[in-house]
Amino acid sequence: MVAYIARRVLATIPVMLVVAFFVFSLLYLAPGDPAAVIAGDQATAADVERIRASLGLDRPFLIRFGEWLWRVLQGDLGVSIFTNLPVSHMIAQRIEPTTALMLLTITLAILIAVPMGVLAAWKAGSWVDRAVMAFAVFGFSVPVFVTGYLLAYIFALELEWLPVQGYTPLAQGFWPFLENLILPALALGSIYIALIARITRAAMLEVLAQDYIRTARAKGLGTGGILFLHALKNAAVPISTVIGLGIALLIGGAVVTESVFAIPGLGRLTVDAILRRDYPVIQGVVLLFSFVYVLVNLAIDLLYTVFDPRIRY
Amino acid sequence: MSADAAMAASPAAVDVSAVEAKRGRIRTVLRRHPTVALGAALLGVMVVIAVFAPFLGTTDPQALAPARRVRPPSAQFWFGTDMLGRDVYSRVIYGTRVSLVVGLSVALLASAAGLLIGLFSGFLRVLDGVVMRIMDGLMSIPPILLAIALMALTRGSVQNVIIAITIAEIPRVSRLVRGVVLSLREQPYVEAAIAAGTTTPLIIWRHILPNTLAPLTVQATYIAASAMITEAILSFIGAGTPPTIPSWGNVMAEGRALWQVAPYIVFFPALFLSVTVLAVNLLGDGLRDALDPRLAKRI
Repeated sequence: MVAYIARRVLATIPVMLVVAFFVFSLLYLAPGDPAAVIAGDQATAADVERIRASLGLDRPFLIRFGEWLWRVLQGDLGVSIFTNLPVSHMIAQRIEPTTALMLLTITLAILIAVPMGVLAAWKAGSWVDRAVMAFAVFGFSVPVFVTGYLLAYIFALELEWLPVQGYTPLAQGFWPFLENLILPALALGSIYIALIARITRAAMLEVLAQDYIRTARAKGLGTGGILFLHALKNAAVPISTVIGLGIALLIGGAVVTESVFAIPGLGRLTVDAILRRDYPVIQGVVLLFSFVYVLVNLAIDLLYTVFDPRIRY
Repeated sequence: MSADAAMAASPAAVDVSAVEAKRGRIRTVLRRHPTVALGAALLGVMVVIAVFAPFLGTTDPQALAPARRVRPPSAQFWFGTDMLGRDVYSRVIYGTRVSLVVGLSVALLASAAGLLIGLFSGFLRVLDGVVMRIMDGLMSIPPILLAIALMALTRGSVQNVIIAITIAEIPRVSRLVRGVVLSLREQPYVEAAIAAGTTTPLIIWRHILPNTLAPLTVQATYIAASAMITEAILSFIGAGTPPTIPSWGNVMAEGRALWQVAPYIVFFPALFLSVTVLAVNLLGDGLRDALDPRLAKRI
């Protein structure tokens, strides 16, 4: 068990190295010469050359990659070209709204999607099942900004139940904070809900056909007990896998959702950085998101043994 | 033509029944999955719109007319006008071209590249470890973020958007093909072919390739759908198709500032995008049920 965990943790190192290599190449290949930019318009070729040498930009690719990696491991993600602030500082300022949005989306999505999938599998073939599957197809097809604008139009502009856009930090009260996040979370969550509901249904269908379910029914267990205690527990592995993998969709979607709802989070930071070609910031955000994604999926992998004690490593 | 040649070469009766059976199967699929017919029909409409865009009552989608800015939908401007007075209907109709071209190109390019990488990786065990670690790494960068990062390196153009989204999609296709190859290699008929001394390229051509086509086709449809969404997202945040080319994402981006007063500017491209993606997804689900019944049962 311990050996497995150690092996699994070590296996993420080459993956993160590939990510780091890609992200570093991004800056390396980026158009524009930082030395020339720093030197200014009046500089001679010799000046630019001197600045390049002083920045270490004239050294080989791999050496620069190694040094950059060393700094990243110490938490130094470089300095923004646009604001001259450390990238780690800019990320820290923007991380609260994005974390809040993601956590709320994941919670809402699981609370909505898992019962939906269970219900669809239990009533397989009925109109409930068909409605859930139809919803899943729509969830996959309607892009996040479309859901976002639609929800904002109905619930904010027309019904005026919730604010149209913006963000209130948690420090200013829980309800104002939550109020602003409900619509973005639902918009962002629609594709995620579709994904989880579909997998839950498929996994439950498989489990419900097992002999032990028939045994449970024969010994007089209620439907609720069978579905949620026996079946769902055994269907948990594929469901949690998809919850982890689906986070990639959420990260991509957050970039758009934050634009639609004017939330000052990491997604907005990414969009601004793209428009300004602020490469160190783009690098930092891509690195952070990928790191979180890998870690979450690692955690879920390790959780398998909790869901299913039959899995031993 | 090829059916005639086949008939001449083998007993006619057998071939006729085979063709009949094939037709019957297509008919059965359409009857069992009416959604496939719906998807195909919707997609057909979109293709017609894209091809005949200039003849569908459109005007120049780039024509500025400051005098008639932000007009609501009317008999003259079916979808209204945007903040620069451009006809939203014409822009949305022309935008169909960008979406379909991006969807189709990315699906074809990513499938071809993924097929190649997957085949190599599945057959050359030396390469496999390295290639798959690289793919794992690329897969741990969320695809939209990967495409955004690549777009930051280049100027916005339809071609660059296609390349960026293709690169972001390749790892998943490669993994799929590799998985299929690895399981096929264990099949008795492949082992028999190896034992009989068939060369590797011939085994790939005769036994492996035909069996990867079904899952690959299904995957390609889903890639087309997600590529169209990614293109719209890239354009929407200003990192995709340049503003000089009307695409659904661009029209939505331009309508963003005004969406509370003129929601129709965002609404119409959003509707077209959703309907097109839905059509492709329905088609993909139908293809999956028809070509890969085992997978269909699992999902």
